Amino acid sequence: MVIIMKLAPVNKIIPFSNVDGPGNRTAVFFQGCTFDCKFCHNPETINMCIGCSECVSKCPAGALSCQSVESARAAADERSADSSTDSCKSPGADAGMLSNRRGSIIWDSTKCVQCDTCIRVCQSNASPRIRYMSVPDLIAEIRRTAPYIQGITVSGGECTLQNDFLIDLFSAVRALQDSPRLTCLLDSNGSFDFEADPRILEVSEGVMLDVKAVGKEWSRRLIGDPGDLVLKNLDYLLKAEKLQEVRTVIIPGRDTENEETVRYTASKIGNACDYRIIRYRPFGVRENFQKELGEDETPEEYAMKFVELAKQYGAGRAYLV
Amino acid sequence: MSEALNIIQDPTLTYRQELIALARLGESTDDSLRYSDAYYEAKAKGALCDLNEGIMPYRPRYICPDYDLLFEKGCKFLDLEPPTDLLEAVNVLEIFYCHVPSITTYPVYVGDLDRLLEPFVIKEDRAYAKKVLGLFLRNIDRVQTDSFVHADIGPADSVTARILLELTEEMQLAIPNITLRYDPDITSDDFALACVRCMLKTAKPSFANHGMFRSEWGDRYAIASCYNGLTIGGGGYTLPRMRLYECSLNAKSPEDFLENELPRHIDLQLEYMDKRVKFIVEQSTFFKDNFLVTEGFVRQENFTGMFGVVGLAECCNHLLGIKDVHHGFGLNPEATELGIRIMEAIEKRVSEHEAPYCDAFGHRYRLHAQVGIDTDGMDDSPGTRIPIGAEPDMLSQLEVNEKFHRFFPTGTGDIFKFEETWTKTPEAVLSIIKGSLAKGLRYFSGYLENNDVVRVTGYLVKKSEIEKLRQKKQSLNNVTVFGMGAQDGGHALDRRVQEFGA
Repeated sequence: MVIIMKLAPVNKIIPFSNVDGPGNRTAVFFQGCTFDCKFCHNPETINMCIGCSECVSKCPAGALSCQSVESARAAADERSADSSTDSCKSPGADAGMLSNRRGSIIWDSTKCVQCDTCIRVCQSNASPRIRYMSVPDLIAEIRRTAPYIQGITVSGGECTLQNDFLIDLFSAVRALQDSPRLTCLLDSNGSFDFEADPRILEVSEGVMLDVKAVGKEWSRRLIGDPGDLVLKNLDYLLKAEKLQEVRTVIIPGRDTENEETVRYTASKIGNACDYRIIRYRPFGVRENFQKELGEDETPEEYAMKFVELAKQYGAGRAYLV
Repeated sequence: MSEALNIIQDPTLTYRQELIALARLGESTDDSLRYSDAYYEAKAKGALCDLNEGIMPYRPRYICPDYDLLFEKGCKFLDLEPPTDLLEAVNVLEIFYCHVPSITTYPVYVGDLDRLLEPFVIKEDRAYAKKVLGLFLRNIDRVQTDSFVHADIGPADSVTARILLELTEEMQLAIPNITLRYDPDITSDDFALACVRCMLKTAKPSFANHGMFRSEWGDRYAIASCYNGLTIGGGGYTLPRMRLYECSLNAKSPEDFLENELPRHIDLQLEYMDKRVKFIVEQSTFFKDNFLVTEGFVRQENFTGMFGVVGLAECCNHLLGIKDVHHGFGLNPEATELGIRIMEAIEKRVSEHEAPYCDAFGHRYRLHAQVGIDTDGMDDSPGTRIPIGAEPDMLSQLEVNEKFHRFFPTGTGDIFKFEETWTKTPEAVLSIIKGSLAKGLRYFSGYLENNDVVRVTGYLVKKSEIEKLRQKKQSLNNVTVFGMGAQDGGHALDRRVQEFGA
């Protein structure tokens, strides 16, 4: 039987992060998202590269080249040839993730000067600076950081696009020997039906959930989705006691929309978890959306009003970021 | 113009700074303590450096008095009775400090302040105790005007330590330097977090690996001056340093360096140390009739020599022909591996040398990763640190440090510069510190990029005081001038900032 290593597209690993959950955490950002939020400040993580190679010739450092996904997979298989078979699955288990792609751009991180030219020229909101990594690849990174961290957080993009991979990853993290007990958190936009498939929750301490917009019309406009599943997940995760925190971004001047979102969310979560009220910041936001949402960040006093509102509606652990 | 006249006419020197400079000049008029021609040659080439200790030592470089004994028996020479309350205790200390010599003429170790003062503090009303301790800290800052003055706290929590942390944050003073002895079994997270918060706001305390120091020195060790491990009731005779980059310049290959140039320079530095230690013990009067010795506050057998090294990174890069520091020591496994081989060779040769008058340490000198001096420029990075400007991510930097800290019982350390968001997550900083100490880091220092009080290489200065010197005004702190030099020549304040995702 041919063993094929499950791979996932990793945009970035931050070894030490103090903003992705409690304590110091290793944060893994996966490429690809289910929503298209207007205020997204790293839109290059939204889509998967289509292999147009527009960025290859523009890279001033010669850090990008074209290579097939198959050869990237072969390299990963080689790396983990002698590692545990726990996370190896028979052929085809995750083929859907890769099958419809023409090819991929290979990024040489040792040559990259992080000038972001590739991201600026990309027409697809798809960073070419990603690596396809296996669970053993990630575990090797986490072994390094394990002594210094409380746990790991998977984020994105939208991490739940890699649900099966994450189940393997979290199981492997929990099985790590000789390191402090690490917690595994998901940072999710709520587009994955946790109730229908709760397997990931069984190996995770919980979810940090974005509730970006309440109200179908506003939600469609802001995130490109009516958001029903997000609110269903809010209820389900609360009931399952797997809600680590909820976040809402306050858009400048959108009194009614902000109020409805905060009021609804606050009255749901009560004191069950932290409620982070985040100010909209134009940094990194696509230009056309900056024009629509605002070219200045949400004023602190304005955002504070919604922290107060959240508390008024029962979210005792609401605070401003 | 004579050197003396230069000193007298320098508008940036305070009266005391002039006095110290003139004393150094006076000391240099006698050269009866002689070394071999080969030593002078190596010194002239910059391969060996005496850290301007002066050519006629009349006291050991670092002295760590036994303050417990002072509180137990008082001091006959200074006519001080054992203190009976907090006011008497701080008064006794303030007087005693003025009579503790050192290379800087100021006391480099002012005691385990929390443990010493706790019995008196808990008998007082907290607000009153805080007022007294605030005046005590002000006295140290204004009288012992030198950032190498160092106080220790921990590993256990105490009312005194908490008050000292509060005051440190409120008063924002560069003096004294402070170290927390950290022991995961003794130091509570709550106390350690209070220390982290204080460190981010004032660049102190630093965190010392208590288990590591204790295994080398026993329970009664001091962290003095920058980050120097020494015995309480003892100290360090002398601290010269090999400038490893310059030592490597004549080597034809890494192997040639390890077999010839390195041992040759080690032996020359040992010769220098032996002669100097013998002179201090046999010729100078310190160990014969200074009251610190005659009343037992220090014992000669508790002193050792500190064998310093600096510039390991540049040495390895030179030997391997690496021109770009971004691909050199600390970032390139081959260069880092060579660094380990060099340190192992130094450790072995020094440990094979029978050192005079180091009875408490098996007649051996102990290694020290010297933090550099203001005139080093970019030629020799402090100790075994990765050069400023080439620091990798924090994880990688810690991993490199963890390979080297074990070599240096008399001190080493690294400094991490954090940006503002870390003040909101002190538990994340503590987690990093705990992990690194558990993995063999000896000493961790941190500060916030926007602070006024900042850690230069091992000592603290105020950026606002450096500005005074630039405007040709005087700075009360003797060390401000070193901070200015280290910044101008070595970019010591331009460390990589650890952002929220480090």
